[in-house]
Amino acid sequence: MITKKDLEHIGWLARLELSDDEKEKYTPKLNSVLDYFNELDEVDTEGVEPTYHVLQLYNVFRDDEPGIGSITQEEALSNAPKKQDEFFKAPRMM
Amino acid sequence: MYENRDGIMIGLEVHVQLNRLKTKVFCGCTTDYHNDPPNSHVCPVCLGLPGALPVINKKAVEAAIKVGLALNCRVEEHTQFYRKNYYYPDLPKGFQITQYDFPISSGGYIIIEGEDGEHRVGITRAHMEEDPGRLVHEGTIDKSKYTLIDYNRSGMALLEIVSDPDMRSPKEARRYLDKLRNIVEYLDIFDGDLEGALRVDANISIMGGQRAEIKNISSHKGAEKALLFEIVRQKNVIRRGGIVVQETRHFDEAREITLSMRSKEEAHDYRYFPEPDLVPLKISGWAPAIKATLPELPDARRMRFVEEYGITDDHARALTSELKLAIFYEDVAEKADPRTAAVWVCDVLKGELNYRDMTIEAFKKEHMLSIIELLVSKKITEDGAVEIIRALLDKGGSPEEIVKEKSLLKVEGDIVSIAAAEAIKENPGAVADYNSGKEKALNSLVGAVMKKTKGRADARTAREILLGKLR
Ligand SMILES: [Zn+2]
Repeated sequence: MITKKDLEHIGWLARLELSDDEKEKYTPKLNSVLDYFNELDEVDTEGVEPTYHVLQLYNVFRDDEPGIGSITQEEALSNAPKKQDEFFKAPRMM
Repeated sequence: MYENRDGIMIGLEVHVQLNRLKTKVFCGCTTDYHNDPPNSHVCPVCLGLPGALPVINKKAVEAAIKVGLALNCRVEEHTQFYRKNYYYPDLPKGFQITQYDFPISSGGYIIIEGEDGEHRVGITRAHMEEDPGRLVHEGTIDKSKYTLIDYNRSGMALLEIVSDPDMRSPKEARRYLDKLRNIVEYLDIFDGDLEGALRVDANISIMGGQRAEIKNISSHKGAEKALLFEIVRQKNVIRRGGIVVQETRHFDEAREITLSMRSKEEAHDYRYFPEPDLVPLKISGWAPAIKATLPELPDARRMRFVEEYGITDDHARALTSELKLAIFYEDVAEKADPRTAAVWVCDVLKGELNYRDMTIEAFKKEHMLSIIELLVSKKITEDGAVEIIRALLDKGGSPEEIVKEKSLLKVEGDIVSIAAAEAIKENPGAVADYNSGKEKALNSLVGAVMKKTKGRADARTAREILLGKLR
C-alpha cells in the first residue's frame, strides 16, 4: 500500500515537486498499478530461474575502436537550456 | 601481533579508471580528453540523450577480468548490469549503469605490508560501471549558485574495487592503496598520472560502533589524512558519551577535515533494477586465456629481483613499488653491477626524485650507467656522484659535463696526504681525543680533510691515510 508519505518520498527522489492536488490524485493511481502487478504474485514460479533480461541473448560487444557517433561541442551544447562558456550549467546541488 | 586498541576497521572502495582503453565503456567516444576543451568527447550515449543505446566495450570487460584475476578473485559465471537511479547533474541519464548482485568478479585478496608484517586484505568484489561527468563549481563548493558540467569523463570505464573491512590503521589503508595502484599499473590498463584516474571512498568504524563513509578522497595521502581525522572525531564523540551515527561524510582536502553530508535516514534510495539495454554476459570462460597473458606482478617481480640480482628484499620492494622504476632499475642492472645499481637507484636517486616531487622519467638510464661507471673506476667519490645526480635533476646536462664543470674528478692520493697532515696539525684536540681511545674523534679529522679537498677526496682513503699518520 502506497501512502501519501511514500508518494512524497518517490517525488523527492525524482526531484518532482508535487502539489497537494497531485498527491491526492496520484496516490490511488499508483496503488492501482501496484495492485495490477500483484496479480503476478499468483503465478506459481516454483523451480523457475529468475528472468534478468527478456532477450535470450548474451555477450553482445563492440570493439575498442572510436565510433562514428561522437558529436561536436557545439552540437552537444545546442539543446542545453542553460550553458556557460563551454559547459552545461545546472543549479548547485548538495 | 598488532594490538588494534581502538578496534579500528577500515574498508575501501576504490574507483579505478580504465584510461588505457581507446574508447569509453558503452560508446565509441575517445578517452584522450585530458588536454581538450570540455564537452568535446561526447555522443548521444554518454550525454544520455533519448533513444541512445549503450553497447559494451569488449576490451573493458577483458581489463576487468585481468584486474579480478590479479586480485585473486573468482570471475563469475553470470554477470550483468543495473541502473542505479539518482538525480545529480553529473549523471545525464538520471541513473548510472553499474553492477549490483552479479559483479564480474569477487572473493579475492591482496597482501600488503601491514602493521605487523604481511597482512591479507580481502577483496569483496570488483565491479564495472560508468564514470559520471565532471562538475566544476564556481567559487567554493558551498558558496556557488551554479554547477558547470563537463561530460568528457561521462561514460569512461570504471572498475570499483571493494575491500573487506580488514585494515586496522590509516597507514594500512595507505599501503593497500599503494599496492592496488601498483598492481593495476603493472596490468597496463591504467595510467595513474592522469587526473581523476583513481578515487577513493573510505568506510571506517571504531570500537564496534557504526561506520562513517568518507567521500571525495583523491589521493593516497588524502585517504590517510581523512582517516586520521575521522578516528579522532569518532573517539571524541564516544568520549563525550555520544554515539557515532552511520552517515556519509565529505573530505575537505584543503582543511583536512571531514564534514557530514547526510545521515542514514535521508540516505539515497537507488532503486536498482536490471539494465534492459544491455544483455547479460557469460564470460568466465575467458579467464584461463586471460590468466595466461597476465604480466609479472609486483610480488613476483620483487622475489625475482632478490634471486636474480642478489639485492636485499628492502631494495627489491622499493624498486618494484612503481612499474617505471622497476623497468629503469632492470635496464641499469643488466649493464652494471646490480647491487651497486640498487643502492644508487633506490637509496640515492629515488630520494632525490621524491624530494623534488619528480618521477623516474626525469632521469636518463644512460646517465645512471655513466655515474656508476665513474664510481666503479674510482674517478669520482660517492659525494661527487650525489652531486652529479642533483645537478642533472636541477639543471640538466650530462654527467661528464658536470664532472668537468664542478671539478669532481677524485684528487690524487698525495693531495689527500697533505690535507691529512694539515688536518692533524690544525686539530690537536681531536688528535688527543683519538689517542686517548675516543675513536669517534677520527670522524672530525676525516671531515676536515674532506673540507680541505672540497669533497673530492674519497672518505675511505682519507680515513686510511689519517690512520697511517696517527699510528
Ligand atoms: Zn560517447
